[in-house]
Amino acid sequence: MDRRNFIKSTGAAAAAISAPAVFTSAQAQARSETLVIVSESGPNNLDVMGVGTNVPGYEASWNCYDRLITHEMRTLSDGTQYYERDKLKGELAEDFVVGPDSATFKLRKNATFHDGAPVTAKDVKWSLDRSVTVGGFPTFQMSAGSLTKPEQFVIVDDHTIRIDFLRKDKLTIPDLAVIVPAIMNSELCKKNATAADPWALEFTKQNTAGGGAYKVVRWTPGTEVVFERNETWVSGPMPKTKRIIWRIVPSAGNRRALLERGDADISFDLPNKDFAEIKASGKLAVVSTPYTSGIQYIGMNVTKPPFDNPKVRQAVAYAIPYQKIMDAVLFGLAKPMYGAAADKATEVAWPQPHKFNTDMAKAKALLTEAGFPNGFETTLSFDLGFAGVNEPLCVLVQESLAQIGIKTTINKVPGANWRTELNKKELPLFTNIFSGWLNYPEYFFYWCYHGANSVFNTSSYVSPPMDAFIEGARDAAAAGDQATYDKDVKGFVDLAFAEVPRIPLYQPYINVAMQKNVSGYQYWFHRRLDYRAFVKS
Amino acid sequence: MTSIPSLIGVVIVSFLLTRVLPGDTATYFAGPAATPKALEEVRKQLGLDKPLPEQFLRYVADLTHGDLGNSLTTGQTVVGDITSRLPASAELTLIGLLLALLIAVPLGILAAVRQGSWIDHLCRVVATAGVSLPVFFTGLLLVYVFYFLLGWSPAPLGRLDIFFSEPPRITGFLLVDSIIARDWEVLRAALSQLILPALTLAVFSLAPIARITRASMLTALSSDFVRTARASGLKPITVTMTYAFRNAMLPVITTLGMVFSFLLGANVLVEKVFAWPGIGSYAVEALIASDFAPVQGFVLAMAILYVILNLAIDLLYGVIDPRVRVTT
Repeated sequence: MDRRNFIKSTGAAAAAISAPAVFTSAQAQARSETLVIVSESGPNNLDVMGVGTNVPGYEASWNCYDRLITHEMRTLSDGTQYYERDKLKGELAEDFVVGPDSATFKLRKNATFHDGAPVTAKDVKWSLDRSVTVGGFPTFQMSAGSLTKPEQFVIVDDHTIRIDFLRKDKLTIPDLAVIVPAIMNSELCKKNATAADPWALEFTKQNTAGGGAYKVVRWTPGTEVVFERNETWVSGPMPKTKRIIWRIVPSAGNRRALLERGDADISFDLPNKDFAEIKASGKLAVVSTPYTSGIQYIGMNVTKPPFDNPKVRQAVAYAIPYQKIMDAVLFGLAKPMYGAAADKATEVAWPQPHKFNTDMAKAKALLTEAGFPNGFETTLSFDLGFAGVNEPLCVLVQESLAQIGIKTTINKVPGANWRTELNKKELPLFTNIFSGWLNYPEYFFYWCYHGANSVFNTSSYVSPPMDAFIEGARDAAAAGDQATYDKDVKGFVDLAFAEVPRIPLYQPYINVAMQKNVSGYQYWFHRRLDYRAFVKS
Repeated sequence: MTSIPSLIGVVIVSFLLTRVLPGDTATYFAGPAATPKALEEVRKQLGLDKPLPEQFLRYVADLTHGDLGNSLTTGQTVVGDITSRLPASAELTLIGLLLALLIAVPLGILAAVRQGSWIDHLCRVVATAGVSLPVFFTGLLLVYVFYFLLGWSPAPLGRLDIFFSEPPRITGFLLVDSIIARDWEVLRAALSQLILPALTLAVFSLAPIARITRASMLTALSSDFVRTARASGLKPITVTMTYAFRNAMLPVITTLGMVFSFLLGANVLVEKVFAWPGIGSYAVEALIASDFAPVQGFVLAMAILYVILNLAIDLLYGVIDPRVRVTT
C-alpha cells in the first residue's frame, strides 16, 4: 500500500468512526413515533397466567392481550384519567348482557389475533378454562369472582359465549375485566403445547399469543422490551404510539437524569424525594394518584402479649408521628389516613381516615392503664425491598415509641424473605402495605380482617362480630340490599378503628413523571401503564 | 488437572450455600395472594419439595448435560442468560483493564525510575484515590458530569443507544461483532456507551496495578544485573525497559489476573449504575429473589473462568520468563 492510499483509507475510516452524534432522519422519525419508558425492573414472563409472573409482567400482558370487557375512563377534576370501577364496556365483546344466572358475550366479528386468525368463542373458552385450571395466582384471582370451573364457560355459537354463575357474586363481572382472563390464540398455543405443558405456558412466557393493541417484538430479559402497535386492532380506538421501548434502568438517579435530559419519555417508579423535586422544578409533567384500596399500615400481632390488649394497640396508634412521616418520608406524596375530626360520621367507603392523631400524653395514659407504665421491649420489622420508604418510617416510629417507654429494635427483612416471615404470623410489630385490584370495602376487609386469616391478615385478627359484618356486607352486595350493606360496612370500619389490629398510616401515591409533550396517562386498578392511550406530540 | 477437585468443591459448596440462604423461593414466586395450596403447587413445580440429596443429584445430573436450570427472575435458561451476559461483562472489564494498564504501568515505571519526584507522588495520590473512591460514586459522578451537565456522553442505558440495533451476534462482544459486520455507526455507538463505565472500572483497578508495577520495578532497578547493564554503558531506556521492566513484569501479570477475575464478578455496582446487562447484576438480582439456579450458575462460571485465567497466566509466565520453563 502506498502512502497516498494509506492516508485515504485511514482518513475514510476515521471519518466513519467520528461521524457526528446526530440521529439520521430515519432515527429522528422513529424517535417521534416511539415512547421510551424507563423503570427499575422488567418482566420475567409475558403471560400473566405463567408460574410466578412478576408485576412488570402484568403490564406486558395488559397491553398485548384483550379481555372480554374493560372499564370506562373518567376525567378527575385535576385532569387525571381514572378508571370507572362500576362502568364496564365491551373490549373483545361488542355487546354483553348480564342476567340473573349467567352473562352472555357477543364477540366482535372482525377481531383477529396477531397472526391473523379470527377470534372465536372457542378461543375465549380455552383461555378462560386455562385461567381457572393452571393453578397459582391466576386461578386464585378468578376464584375471587366465583369463577372456578371450566363448565361455567359455554360456547353458544362461533361468536357468542355464555358464562354461568356459580352463585350470586358482585365480583364476577368485574373479575372478567382484571388482567388475568386474557383471551389467547388457542390454536397457536395448542400447537406449542406439550404433554407436560398442556397450556403452553413455556411458549407464552416468551411470546405474546394474543390479539391486543400491542405485540412484543423484542425482549431481552433484564434489559428491554420492545412493543409494536397491532395495526389490525379493532377492540378500541387505534393507539397513537407506534412503538414502545421499555428500558430497565436500575439506578433511580439515572432514571431521573434520563427524564430531565429528555432521553426517556416516562418513568413511574422514582423515589418520592425525586418526584417532589421534579414536581417543584416544573420541567416535567407529573401525575400523582392515590392507590385505590391500598394502605400502608403499622400492624401488630394480636395473638400475643402485649399487643393482645386493645389499649396497648390504641396507645401505639396515638404515638405514631403521622405528620412527620408524611413530611420527612413521603414528601407530602401520599393521602393521610389519620386525624379525622372527632365528630366526623363514618362513611360507607374504604379507605377512609381514622380518628387517631399524635398525642403522646394520651398514649402514655393508655399504656399505663393497660398495665405497662414503664413500657416494654419489642421488635419492629420491615421489608428491605421497599427500604426507601420503610426504613425512615420505622426509624421515626421507633423514636416516637421510645417516648412512651416502648423500646423497639428494628428488624430489616430481605425482600425474598418478607412474605415467608408474614406467613409465619409471628412478627410482633411491623409495617406493610396492602392493596387489592378489586376496589370494594368488603373485599379489602375480607383479606385483611376476616377470621379466615389469609396471608394479608398479618395481625392474625379474629373476631366473630367482624366476620359477621364482612359476610353481611358481601351478601347484601350480591342481593342488592343497599341499607344492610351500608350498615355492615360502617360496622366493620368502626370496629376496625376501635380495636386497631392495624393502624392505617396513608394511602400511597402512584407517581408518574413524563415529558411535557406526552399525554394520555390513565390510572388503572393494576397501577401499571396502559400504552394505548399515550400520545406524544 | 489439579483444578478439577476445586471445581467439584465449588459445585457442592455453591449448592449448599444457596440452600441455607434465608428466604423461600416458592413464597416469592407464588405471588402476593398465594394460598398455602398454591404455595405447595409452586414448590412442587420447582422441585423444592424433594429432599436435599435428591435435589443435589438432580442438579449434578442436569449439570453433566450442560443444563444449569432455569432462572425464575428472567424466565430464561441460566445457560442462555450467562452466555448472553458474560460477553457484556467481559467486554467492559477488558476495556476497563486495558485503560487501567495504559495509565498505571507507565505511571508505575516512571514513579520507580524517578523515585521521590512529583510523578512518584502523583502515582501515590492516584492509587490512593482509586482504591478509596467507591465505584458507584465514581460512576454516578462521571454520569452526572459527562452526561447530565455536559451532554458529551450518551445516556447511561446499557451497551447500545435505544435506536441502534445490535449487529449479528458472533462473539457477543459488540465491538468485535460490529467490526465483523462492518457497521461503523454501531461500533461508534457501542464505544461511546463503553467509555464511561470502562473509565469507572479503570479508576478502581488502577491502584493495585500501579503500586505493584512501582514496587517490582524498584526491586528490579536495584538488582545487580541492572547495575551491570548501567555500568556497561547501555542506554537508560534499554536498561529500564528491556532489563528491569521485563523482570518486573511477572508480579504485574499475576496482579492483573487477580484484578481481572475480581472485577468480572465485582463490577455489579458499575453495571447497576450504567444499566449494563452484565453477569454481576444478574447474579445479585437472582440472589435478592433467592433464585438458586442463576446464583449456582454464576459461581460455577466464575470458578471455571478463574481456573482458565490461572492457566493462561501460568503459560504466560513461560513466555515472559524462560527460567520458569526450565524449572518446571
